Amino acid sequence: MKFAIALLAGPQDPAARSALKFAEAVLAGGHQISRLFFYRDAVHLASTLGVQPQDECDLAQRWRAFIQDNQLDAVVCIAAALRRGVLNEAEADRWERPVANTGEPWALSGLGQWVDALQTADRAVTFGT
Amino acid sequence: MVPELKSLLVISRQPPSALAAREALDLALAAAAFGVPVSMLFMDAGVLQLLPGQESALIQQKPLAANLQALPMFGVEDVYVCHHSLAERGLQPGRFLLTAKAVDSAEIASLLDHHDQVVTL
Repeated sequence: MKFAIALLAGPQDPAARSALKFAEAVLAGGHQISRLFFYRDAVHLASTLGVQPQDECDLAQRWRAFIQDNQLDAVVCIAAALRRGVLNEAEADRWERPVANTGEPWALSGLGQWVDALQTADRAVTFGT
Repeated sequence: MVPELKSLLVISRQPPSALAAREALDLALAAAAFGVPVSMLFMDAGVLQLLPGQESALIQQKPLAANLQALPMFGVEDVYVCHHSLAERGLQPGRFLLTAKAVDSAEIASLLDHHDQVVTL
């Protein structure tokens, strides 16, 4: 079964962890993830600049490793990301910001990617509010 | 033959002052722009988005009215508002920024049942 998973909540919200555990379970169960979509505060997970205390879980790093290890399509809403200061090299250049804080494996793109995922998935699941 | 598109119900629950209210409208408009059959349901504090006479400039925000009123133009004709959420706030159906049908809990259950996908924002 093809799953599309959207996450709305930021790294500090338990939903960000639940969504990761769910995504891991989807793959472990032999299903596919057609797309991950990060909207609202979930865009902060795509930032490479967060620093967690050494004895705490770095959820952004866990997500990044999960996406890379499984070569998943991970789309970050570009409008939500720009508002919240999550920029890749191209956007940092475009808006003349001093630093870019996201990049591979995350792709910045539009809400249309979520609309598309909702259409093509057998199941669409949203985490967070 | 083009496969039939899955219908989408967007439930908007946040007050107009929340960025989430705009983000819910953005999703509905984006889906409608792709030709997806979209319905919208305003409930909880989301019903406040429909009230006219809001002066969003006083809190340095853009008004939502233009986005709301774009819904029918983008083909989002089926707009619903939760009757219970209105009653909780002492509001009457009608005189809203756009035409919305007041629905009770049984009708909301039916909406959830009749759409292929549901997203709550």
